Amino acid sequence: MHPTDRKYTREHEWALDDGTTCTVGITAFAAEQLGDVTYVELPTAGKSVNAGDAVTTVESVKAASDVYSPIAGTISEVNQALEDRPELVNESPQGEGWFFKITGYNTDGLNALMDAAAYEQYLGELDA
Amino acid sequence: MTWAPATDNDKTEMLAAIGVSSIDDLFDTIPEDLRAKSWDLPGGLSEMAVRDELEAIAATNRSDLVCFLGGGAYDHFTPAAVDALTSRGEFSTAYTPYQPECAQGTLQSIYEYQSAVCRLTDMEFANASLYDGGTAVFEAATMSIRITDRDRVVCHDSLNPVYRRMLDTHTANLGLDLIDGSDPEGAACVIVQNPSFIGTAEDFSALADQCHAAGALLVVVCYPVSLGLLKTPGEMGADIAIAEGQSLGIPLGFGGPWLGIMATLKKHVRKMPGRIGAMTEDDEGRRGFVLTLQAREQHIRRVKALSNICSNEALCALRALIYMCLLGAEGFRDVARHCHSKAEYLKSQLTWAEVLNVGTTFNEFAVRLPKPADAVVTEMMGRGFLAGLPMESVGIGGANDLLIAVTERRTRAQLDEFAEVLEEVSCR
Repeated sequence: MHPTDRKYTREHEWALDDGTTCTVGITAFAAEQLGDVTYVELPTAGKSVNAGDAVTTVESVKAASDVYSPIAGTISEVNQALEDRPELVNESPQGEGWFFKITGYNTDGLNALMDAAAYEQYLGELDA
Repeated sequence: MTWAPATDNDKTEMLAAIGVSSIDDLFDTIPEDLRAKSWDLPGGLSEMAVRDELEAIAATNRSDLVCFLGGGAYDHFTPAAVDALTSRGEFSTAYTPYQPECAQGTLQSIYEYQSAVCRLTDMEFANASLYDGGTAVFEAATMSIRITDRDRVVCHDSLNPVYRRMLDTHTANLGLDLIDGSDPEGAACVIVQNPSFIGTAEDFSALADQCHAAGALLVVVCYPVSLGLLKTPGEMGADIAIAEGQSLGIPLGFGGPWLGIMATLKKHVRKMPGRIGAMTEDDEGRRGFVLTLQAREQHIRRVKALSNICSNEALCALRALIYMCLLGAEGFRDVARHCHSKAEYLKSQLTWAEVLNVGTTFNEFAVRLPKPADAVVTEMMGRGFLAGLPMESVGIGGANDLLIAVTERRTRAQLDEFAEVLEEVSCR
């Protein structure tokens, strides 16, 4: 359910590092918990963020939740497609439904995050 | 489920459950000196005695004065149907019901009110209402800050000085850059009022363009009745239109409850505070009404809500809706025309006084009297007139400056007599 090519946070974001850019979205688990997403408030590109900063908000039929930046860096791009098609978050949370990209980050920040196995274990603990 | 008050036993149990020994302990966080020492309430009275006392108090009100007082609230005529319909039991409830299962009528009236506000202001989306014009100014300022991610708010000198003061109070601890002027550079918004507080009508279209070029929003505070004649906020290019809705069939009532009107463009709707009614369809395709975009609101997310101080003045909004429906577009233009032409007539009769407005006025204008305005107003009350607002009392004019408002209710005879008596009192 949660791909092994990326890192995960306790707040249910994923971070996919390609060496220069880190793409951020919410996990399949988070998308399922939220229910149908009706709106994504996109952050402004160019903004610098710290790890743990609430950078965007996602609204669903059930709730409104913050999305936090997994690492410190600069937001280089936001997923404009979500403006008209917020349902992408439900349809493809770990693909087309990404939220924003970060550049100028330190990989140490990424290493501190959970890998897929650790995240699955963490979800198991939440369930218990 | 039956309702029963908490007994002493219940209270003791509840206090024990949360680990406090008395109800007073619950207020420990309030400093001792800020707590009430005594409520100083008189003993109980019979219904008959209470009625006598209240009637005696009410009898000290002057309701016989012919009103030329404005400055943000106006003595307009309210058709009897507004009272008759809004006092129906289905609408006069202690708390506005919003559950679609049981409140289709209320929700439909909210939706229709919003639609009427949009047509009146030429904006795309309205909320279900706010407290009053002054709090709407504050909400528009913080809404602009959210949209632009800037923290400077610019207040144009046309803005009601009372609203300006309310904005100071509401934003005192928000660390904003609140300045006066009209320069949109680096600002979240420029807030203008049309007509201005002293009644001058202005077209802010050019300022709207300047605001947009600078990445700022234009907030227009309007006077709903004037929109029967004047350019609307939407026509000027406003991003947010707000108003005090009292003029739409709501009693002056010593200052409230009134109605905060707020409307905006579709692109900003998710940043607009307050409840929003919407039309939808149920499972069987039947039309129905619900509240929408709730995730912005305080009952869904308290900390991140767009506003934690706003509510909906549903009954006042209903009055405004019924008033607007009764008048229709043509009636609205008629009322505005009457207000304007009667004010112009009065102005023409006050040739001895210096009019302070530069440019066209709607139904209100400022004059400089040969004497202090507050003394004139006091004497005019003895002559049966509420002559207007001494401008110095709100800090925007000299001691001799008086703000005079004229509504459709004033007759030719009243205008003639007022002009004559005001001249006598002011120039003698």
